[in-house]
Amino acid sequence: MSKLLFDSDDWTFERLRIAEDAIAEIAYDELHLDVYPNQIEIISSDQMLEAYASNGLPMMYNHWSFGKHFLMEEQSYRRGQSGLAYEIVINSSPCISYLMEENSMTMQTLVIAHAAYGHNHFFKNNYLFKQWTDAEGIIDYLAFAKKYINQCEEHHGAAEVEATLDAAHAIMDYGVDRYKRPTRLSKKREQEQQEQREEYVQQQANELWRTLPTKKKKVVKEEEAVFPKEPQENIMYFIEKHSPVLESWQREILRIVRKISQYFYPQRQTKLMNEGWATFTHYYIMNRLWEKGMISEGNYLEFIHSHSNVLTQPTFSSKYYNGFNPYSFGSEMFDDIRRICTEPTKEDEEYFPHLVGQDWLETCLDAVRNYRDESFVAQFLSPTLIRKKRLFEITNNQRDDYVTVTSIQDHRGYDALRLTLSKQYSISKYQPNIQVLSASMSSSRELKLTFSPYNGTELNQNKTKIIEYIKYLWGYPVSIINTGSLP
Amino acid sequence: MANIIDRRLNPKDKTIKNRQKFLERSRDQIKKVVKDAISSGNIGDIEDGKIRVKVKGMSEPTFGIDPKSGNKKYVMPGNDQFVVGDKEKKQQEGGGQGTAGGLGTGEDEFEFLLNQDEFLDFIFEDLELPNMVKKQMKDVTKVKPKRAGFTNSGNPSQLDVVRSLKNSLGRRIGLGRPKNEELEELEEELEKAEKVGDEKLVEELKVKIEELKRRQISIPWLDPFDVRYRNFVPTPQPMTKAVMFCIMDVSGSMGEAEKDMAKRFFFFLHMFLKRKYEKVEIVFIRHHEFASEVDEEEFFHSRESGGTVVSSALKLTKKIIDDRYNVDDWNLYIAQASDGDNFTHDKNDTVTAMHTLLPIVQYFAYMEILNGYHSQITNTELWDIYDSLAEQYDHLHMRNVTEVVDIWKIFKELFKGTQHV
Repeated sequence: MSKLLFDSDDWTFERLRIAEDAIAEIAYDELHLDVYPNQIEIISSDQMLEAYASNGLPMMYNHWSFGKHFLMEEQSYRRGQSGLAYEIVINSSPCISYLMEENSMTMQTLVIAHAAYGHNHFFKNNYLFKQWTDAEGIIDYLAFAKKYINQCEEHHGAAEVEATLDAAHAIMDYGVDRYKRPTRLSKKREQEQQEQREEYVQQQANELWRTLPTKKKKVVKEEEAVFPKEPQENIMYFIEKHSPVLESWQREILRIVRKISQYFYPQRQTKLMNEGWATFTHYYIMNRLWEKGMISEGNYLEFIHSHSNVLTQPTFSSKYYNGFNPYSFGSEMFDDIRRICTEPTKEDEEYFPHLVGQDWLETCLDAVRNYRDESFVAQFLSPTLIRKKRLFEITNNQRDDYVTVTSIQDHRGYDALRLTLSKQYSISKYQPNIQVLSASMSSSRELKLTFSPYNGTELNQNKTKIIEYIKYLWGYPVSIINTGSLP
Repeated sequence: MANIIDRRLNPKDKTIKNRQKFLERSRDQIKKVVKDAISSGNIGDIEDGKIRVKVKGMSEPTFGIDPKSGNKKYVMPGNDQFVVGDKEKKQQEGGGQGTAGGLGTGEDEFEFLLNQDEFLDFIFEDLELPNMVKKQMKDVTKVKPKRAGFTNSGNPSQLDVVRSLKNSLGRRIGLGRPKNEELEELEEELEKAEKVGDEKLVEELKVKIEELKRRQISIPWLDPFDVRYRNFVPTPQPMTKAVMFCIMDVSGSMGEAEKDMAKRFFFFLHMFLKRKYEKVEIVFIRHHEFASEVDEEEFFHSRESGGTVVSSALKLTKKIIDDRYNVDDWNLYIAQASDGDNFTHDKNDTVTAMHTLLPIVQYFAYMEILNGYHSQITNTELWDIYDSLAEQYDHLHMRNVTEVVDIWKIFKELFKGTQHV
């Protein structure tokens, strides 16, 4: 009897089930993956486009910007400028993977291995996801958010809600406590809501108390204390709690946007690792299926073809160059870790004495658990891979009209290349460091922000628009102070 | 064990609301584009319904770093030529760094396609059909019975059995009408008692049975009071059919440019009616000295020469209405385009014909296309005639057009729904 999982290019639910079982066996027994329960959903290409528009989330509150994104995606898809992803996977429990109905059976197999096992394992085990997101609560929370914002539109008018959301979206990147661990997102959401209701009732009460004659307080004209005591990196949170003008429903909207921003926060920092790990996983599983005689030669070739398409890395001089391809670079990193563990060279023994001879799988799983892109590159980028990818470093100084090659793929360059590339994945590289410096709560009520530039960088022209948005939320003057370049 | 779900049948169009919000946000800009497209664009293109719209103010700014600023280092793959110390001229911005840049910098324009429905909504947004409501309410010619609750009296065929019996049941329970079963029970007992020969019990039971029977009679099973009939009230039905007559002068004085303008005008009217009525028919009538009903192709593309007798077209219109379009069933719209020429001797016929038409039509729009021949100081023959009629008939509207761009303005004015002039 043939061991083939499927003998046709067309997928059926039965074939998907059989393939999924075979994949699961390899994923658990050989790769020791630990995943959320899987929920695999088949969708049409139209639905895929819709999913794009809402950041891949199965549910989202309504806002014009999602309509715009949909139009953009639709246009580029219809014009044939971009294909659709084979899948979208959601960091939730159960972990939802969307599979396109157009995919062939081989592609569905690949995608299940990639998303339902690779990404899923990453979501469940990586420390950033564990700390910043709550896979079990996200869907419920989105449902709550959508309903709440709908209600706000009914009670306060769509225009007001839109203005609040516009402003909130503009500072969405600054709604995360990077250094503090957040509380669980939906952990006792009820409780939080309860608190909020109380707070609201209290507000009403305060309003009543205000009208009562007060005892003459001892008027101590103190020097206005600096508030907040320390600069606040979570600008949204600060405004939500301290804005003199926001209504309580607006504060709740800020909170919703902040929570969703926080949910996505780990994704941006683990793109390389996440895609790399998923690619590594699907490549491993597909090859094992092939070795076990469970997929035919033709289907295996189809897989190899599509796999190598995904892994294309144009070089810097190509017009298609658009940074590092996380699929290929990421999976090469994991491949390389495996190589260092199992077939180390002299050089590896010098650079990675602690890896040589270790169990490769445990090392990879450990990397998945405990690193993000920045630290992953800093820790594991080997000279071998640097040479293989022929990496080089460019120094670009603002005042010069030329750029200089400062490191290339030779032994003098390895450390610098690794350091620079690691920083390239740092969040500070693409997100300016802006914090709340002070808010004068008793006099002018001005909100002062600081921008701490990095190597003499400056903010782009969006600055003025965003200040306007912040003013809308704060209600009083807002300014940004450049603290001067830090070394 | 994965859970595999087929979502393909789930409702799509989750994004419709977002799309509407997006359009709403750029409403004014889109309106302007639509307007320009109409006045300058090709009607054929518009009919296709897709229109390219470019809007501003759609950026979603976030704080970003100016890509030209700062002293940076970055790593790229694929070095096949450089050694340390090589210098290269700076490329145009973004020359290397893949991740930064691009996002929300500068370019604030966003281009997209408006679909046909959205496009038409924008066109007809401010317009309303003149007199449509009036006609529907005033001339209640079509009446349809509509359910309207229940009454105590009515036609037996409209008896509502369920409701009547409910009332009956309620009343019987309320007044405590003895049930047949109770009676039967007592009669059984009576039989037994008679068999046993318990005289006293027999007597008692007989009295009880009498009493029950008496009460059964005095409280009827079904009282006229219980009966309910379904009630119907005649409701005026809006007419959902409209016919539009396009009348055009094709005499020698009407050139291609004039016809093109007329065509645009008719096109708008047609689109407009199509959105308001379930069914819209068009009748094309062209005339010079004689009028004839033609198909669309011929209407716009063939050319005749000769004099102009407007009354011929009006008479033909009346005849077609009489033959095919019952005034009670159809909303009648007439749109006429002409350069205003008419034989002087036709004046009386024209006035008479108009008097037969105007009382039965919903709306009569006259568009006069002025070309080089006419000075605008003196009115044309036809204008004078219609002008005098317009005082009598509110729904006769007339306008001058000189350029293609006027068409939209004219159309809008004519159909504002508010008072003209």
